[in-house]
Amino acid sequence: MRPEEGTLISRAQAIATLLELLTDQPVVICNGFPSREAHKIADRPTHFYMVGSMGNAAAIALGVALAKPNKQVVTFDGDGNVLMGMGTLATVGALRPRNFIHVVFDNEVYGTTGNQPTISNVVPLDKVAKSAGYVNVERVLDRDDLIYEFKDMLKKDGPSLLLIKVNEFVEDAGRVLHDPFVITQRFMKAIEG
Amino acid sequence: MRRLLRVSIGLVCRISLVIDSDVFVQAMQDLGVNFFTGVPDSILGGIIAELMIRRVYIPAVREDEAVGMAAGAYMAGRVPAVLMQNSGLGTCLNTLMSLNLIYRQPCLLIVSWRGQGESDAPEHLVMGEVMPQLLETVRIPHRTLAEKTAVEDLRWGIDTLRKKQIPVALVLTKGVVRGLHP
Repeated sequence: MRPEEGTLISRAQAIATLLELLTDQPVVICNGFPSREAHKIADRPTHFYMVGSMGNAAAIALGVALAKPNKQVVTFDGDGNVLMGMGTLATVGALRPRNFIHVVFDNEVYGTTGNQPTISNVVPLDKVAKSAGYVNVERVLDRDDLIYEFKDMLKKDGPSLLLIKVNEFVEDAGRVLHDPFVITQRFMKAIEG
Repeated sequence: MRRLLRVSIGLVCRISLVIDSDVFVQAMQDLGVNFFTGVPDSILGGIIAELMIRRVYIPAVREDEAVGMAAGAYMAGRVPAVLMQNSGLGTCLNTLMSLNLIYRQPCLLIVSWRGQGESDAPEHLVMGEVMPQLLETVRIPHRTLAEKTAVEDLRWGIDTLRKKQIPVALVLTKGVVRGLHP
């Protein structure tokens, strides 16, 4: 059964919950529906919406985190994305940036291209992150646990990874209409200082 | 004897023209480059060793990851450089095209030219031959760094990436900057 049995929360519900807990932290959001949904739920200049370069969200967020060690940096990632750029789990684990929070929405499918299965149903990405050297790693299935663990991670030194098992439901969200160059410019301005 | 003399003069000139890694790194830093990442190559060995001595090198595990990190660092106010073998250019091509070129995120690519001529290992020959055309095709401005004009080439790279706000490649052939095996 896909996704994991007992998973009730949708990615959009998870994103809405996370964005309520975030204020001015830079958030790098992976390509596909995660960016579209986040953009629909709350469009903030601190959001870097990706449209391409699948697998690179965590690397981009890591670059921000290393360049701004006093700013907490968050990335919204997906299971297909993490699997594609899995080496970055190792780089984060080795560099151990304290200001890095990696959120992974795990629905066990490539949702944007028609729900083809990924392999995260048999490869526990939270355990991979833990083995790679992430300091705080949690796996949650419902909203209450998500709020509790994410609040806790915002208070702790990282790197942290929060794996949220979500269902395959996709919010009716159109493409991000900002020009990519505009996304770069306003993100840069928003995270200045 | 005459031949021997010519060879030895050539050798002396060659040695005196090789750029030391610390001079090269200092030149990059003087031009404002302040974020360094990449994946190693023997040609780049000296530069990476110097960057490590200066504690400014962030090792990546893949070239697309390095380019991604550089993009993040750029948006956080840095001037990034990414070091890679030209094989890595193949690895990070999608990131360059669907991230840097459309989001306008510049970085200085220091790309070692393996497979130049036909004297390298077979895995380098195809990329070695097509690399200049490949860079043209994906519209990345590039220049092959020469001993005599190295600082000027670096300045051109920085000026171009600032002006165009896209990645610029400086191609490094063997023996221009002192490697680990001179």
